[in-house]
Amino acid sequence: MLKIALSKGRIFKETLPLLAQAGIEPLENPETSRKLILKTKHDDVELVIIRATDVPTYVEYGAADVGVAGKDVLLEHGGEGLYEPVDLKIATCRLMVAGPVNAPPLHRRLRIATKFVNIARRYYAEKGEQVEIIKLYGSMELAPLVGLADRIVDVVDTGKTLKANGLEPLEHIADISSRLIINKAAMKIKHAQLKKLIQQLQQAVN
Amino acid sequence: MNSKERWLLPAGINEILPNEANYLEKLRRRLLDLYASWGYELVIPPMVEYLESLLVTRGDALDLQTFKLIDQLTGRLMGVRADMTPQVARIDAHHLKRQVPTRLCYLGTVLHTRPNNFAGSRSPLQVGAELYGYQGIAADVEILSLMLETLREVGIEEFQVDIGHVSIYQNLIEQTKLNPQEKEDLFDAMKRKAVTEINELLSNVSAPLRQMLSELVQLNGDRNILQEARQVFSAATPEIHTALDDLEALSLSPQFREVSLHFDLAEARGYHYHTGIVFAAYVSKHGQAIAKGGRYDVGYNRPATGFSTNLLTLLSLLENPLSETTSAIFAPAQQDDATLTAKVQELRQAGEIVISGLANQTGDAQAMGCDRELRLMANGWEVVSFEK
Repeated sequence: MLKIALSKGRIFKETLPLLAQAGIEPLENPETSRKLILKTKHDDVELVIIRATDVPTYVEYGAADVGVAGKDVLLEHGGEGLYEPVDLKIATCRLMVAGPVNAPPLHRRLRIATKFVNIARRYYAEKGEQVEIIKLYGSMELAPLVGLADRIVDVVDTGKTLKANGLEPLEHIADISSRLIINKAAMKIKHAQLKKLIQQLQQAVN
Repeated sequence: MNSKERWLLPAGINEILPNEANYLEKLRRRLLDLYASWGYELVIPPMVEYLESLLVTRGDALDLQTFKLIDQLTGRLMGVRADMTPQVARIDAHHLKRQVPTRLCYLGTVLHTRPNNFAGSRSPLQVGAELYGYQGIAADVEILSLMLETLREVGIEEFQVDIGHVSIYQNLIEQTKLNPQEKEDLFDAMKRKAVTEINELLSNVSAPLRQMLSELVQLNGDRNILQEARQVFSAATPEIHTALDDLEALSLSPQFREVSLHFDLAEARGYHYHTGIVFAAYVSKHGQAIAKGGRYDVGYNRPATGFSTNLLTLLSLLENPLSETTSAIFAPAQQDDATLTAKVQELRQAGEIVISGLANQTGDAQAMGCDRELRLMANGWEVVSFEK
């Protein structure tokens, strides 16, 4: 049995056509079904529907063999516990520093609001700047408006939300796309099945 | 702190309760007997020692995994062992100093600053064996065989063994003209098999080397992968061919004929001290390696290979380890009866468990977990079974 961990929303929608090319199609729609484990046309493949940030955890510890996770989530998760053999080139966006439009330079320690605490710390450390990091779980754009933070670190797709809140992208941290991730033990034990899946998905991407 | 939380242990620190402790202790004895029968001598390294001898390189993964404290006598920094392998290597190199191959084994609790796995333990019970002073593949074959024998002794029969050789990618990466940061990034991407990132990093590397490094990450599979590797590395340095010779010799060893071997030439694992063949065992219900080892160098200039595993992890994989029912005899509370005392002593010497009743205690023999009791019969004290 192969368990594939996916998160609802954009990643799920954009992964389905790729999985379909590998012959894996769910029997139910997760947007309407309340089930968290979805059967597929393959008897020995199941889809597990979880939160995007939980996907690396499930796969690293073998609760799922395979998963699809954004590079942003993987960078934040960190470590060497997973294989990420295929860049699926879906759900693309950019990880950026954003701040108020025409913000004057600040000559004090910056306060950064983000849900990507580790990425933000590493990014500013590489720049040689010490910053205060404020962990938030959502609506990052609000933080500079109400004086909670000077800048935010977040993923930016179209930039419309930033603009609507009087913010602009300032610095580019990384280009983000979703990766196929694989549990290390599964890669050894289910080698033939997974090597085939990797090849099929790589072809589907190309 | 809430007074209701005072009894809680720190995260990842475990204690082992009666049934499991009993099982574990029997297992511990069996394993040490197994190692003794292969000629491995037991050593008991200290819980704490000075950091310099406990660590291989400052700032590496092992350093971050080590709890530190200051020695009040010298003001020097001590570490609580996070890995016993460097300790055992020190014992071999500085205390035993033998000219002949030396085989050592050890078993003890280590302490980690961070849990290695999901909701995992920070106090693994590390057990392992090391073979010093022999450079050839025969030592690696012996250590791997003993690792598999350990798993079988514990009761784990179905596993897959993954084998790699760190000197292949180390050698290839060394030959590139990348700067140290780029080499580290490449090494990191290699560990994650992140093909896109690897190819990006290789864009500045010249042709034959680029080809070899980018194909290296695909070199995983059964024994046939070694032939494929010969072709990929046909123009490579002699060191790489020596590494492939070692892997082939190991794959052909009669000891592993029945074992499911998987080769992964881009695999890097464990701490950074590995230098040659590395191996790990996997089972289907556990998402991470359950035992690992390989050839290493912790700075004592002596060939070394060994394996280790966390006995508590192995125990957790067993279906029903604690099903053994205890068999014990209850002796009534009559301390002034010399014949009873003699009978109890006789039974204990015969290997029975005899639990003495305490005057006016709560609970009867069965509540105390006994399946038999001593009763005064016509012919003196006799053991009587309870009706089922």
